[in-house]
Amino acid sequence: MNHSIRLTINGEERRIDLDDPRVTLLDLLRERLDLTGTKKGCDRGQCGACTVLLDGRRVNSCLALAVSLDGSSVTTIEGLATNGELHPVQAAFIAHDGFQCGYCTPGQIMSAVGLIAEAQAGGDPERVREGMSGNLCRCGAYAGITEAVIEAGARMAEASGRQEKAA
Amino acid sequence: MNRFEYVRPGTLAEAVAAAAAPGAAFLAGGTNLLDLMKGGIARPDRLVDLTHLPGLDAVERLPDGSTRIGALVRNADLAHDPDFAARYPAIAEALLSGASGQLRNAATAAGNVLQRTRCRYFYDTASACNKREPGSGCDALGGENRAHAVLGWSEHCIATHPSDFCVPLAALGAVVELEGPAGRREVPLAEFHHLPGSTPERETARGPGEMIVALRLPPEAARFAAHSRYLKVRERISYAFAVVSAAAALTLADDGRIGEARLALGGVALKPWRSTEAEAALAGQAPDRAAFERAAEIALADARPSGDNAYKIPLARRIVVRALQLAAAGTPERLPALPASPFAPAPGGVLHV
Repeated sequence: MNHSIRLTINGEERRIDLDDPRVTLLDLLRERLDLTGTKKGCDRGQCGACTVLLDGRRVNSCLALAVSLDGSSVTTIEGLATNGELHPVQAAFIAHDGFQCGYCTPGQIMSAVGLIAEAQAGGDPERVREGMSGNLCRCGAYAGITEAVIEAGARMAEASGRQEKAA
Repeated sequence: MNRFEYVRPGTLAEAVAAAAAPGAAFLAGGTNLLDLMKGGIARPDRLVDLTHLPGLDAVERLPDGSTRIGALVRNADLAHDPDFAARYPAIAEALLSGASGQLRNAATAAGNVLQRTRCRYFYDTASACNKREPGSGCDALGGENRAHAVLGWSEHCIATHPSDFCVPLAALGAVVELEGPAGRREVPLAEFHHLPGSTPERETARGPGEMIVALRLPPEAARFAAHSRYLKVRERISYAFAVVSAAAALTLADDGRIGEARLALGGVALKPWRSTEAEAALAGQAPDRAAFERAAEIALADARPSGDNAYKIPLARRIVVRALQLAAAGTPERLPALPASPFAPAPGGVLHV
């Protein structure tokens, strides 16, 4: 049986026909929509490589059935940069060497964007490490990742403070 | 993953009717179910998707002082609800000590209660498991069983229930609200999960087609807000299931003595293990080490190893003592950076026990 769903992906509304309800959000993105920035690591919710934002919240796309997400909004790593300018978290990962091989990086960055939006960790390295524990990095780039998340969080808070002042 | 029929009911009644068919399963957050389906452990013929049902995602305070948690409230939303976390801090701490940020954003309150064991033999379809395949045997007995139960187990099953959330829920007397083909009923959470006995495949009190619509905390559960903690030993510092955990909650009288105590353990049995005997022994006592050690002895009095896990018994005693000490010291204003971790700095110095 076919299932027709609507998803907003990186700001673009799409109508998607699914011929199989078993398709996960991860497989939909990678195999059917050619958005291969989102990575498949364990495919079981243990590594975080497939992290995307679903209605603004970070989730493991490997553990979400696409058919169930009808009407949702999804942001992937491809949707972060605006007008060719990197998102502050992307820029901070480069500045702080927050990766080596890069495979976990899209998931790390999406998770960091979600963590900063949750506003629970602030600039406390221990809280950032705890908040990022759902993203494994086999190269062990954790020190740079933690620094990048803290710096990006601070810059984004600064920028939104400036905006509030201007308003 | 096997093929299945996908059903999206528009009402509770439709959901219950759709789920009454043999082989049907409810889908909510999917964080446990999809994992089990990918591994071939769960093979539902029909998935009944609850995520589009209205009215199941609210946290409500009722006029009598009780709190009702809708089945679809996400773990992260519940833990970060300021009013809820202030009234039931041990529940917030337990939720935040479980899984990862991503999983807590997806996993639901009812799904957490209904999550399946993490026994490796249950997960490995090449192994014998009475829970997965009744009558096939239990390869965990005599196998790699350091993580297995020390309380309430049987020769048919030595698995544990992996939930953190359920441990303080059991301690605080939570009630499960079920809606089924025969209408609505309630079951105390402490009686919701079955011990294995000779039928480990019968995991909960939930009948065919019945769904959890809410979890309710009785009015008295909020009395413990000032002295409530959850403590959890893991094999790594974050993002791991409990080896042993404990929820402890106290009220302290004006003379400094314990008024009421609540105590439950996780990681030790196939259900969250509340010890009302230990609670009774604490009432009226001074909140000191001696009283906490007596309570720990009582809570673990019936414990016996099911394999290479004798270590869990003294470990559980120590975790009970420390959880009670932390509860007596007072709920922290802000949760520690590492929720429920024995490695978090303790108020008033190190608490070696």
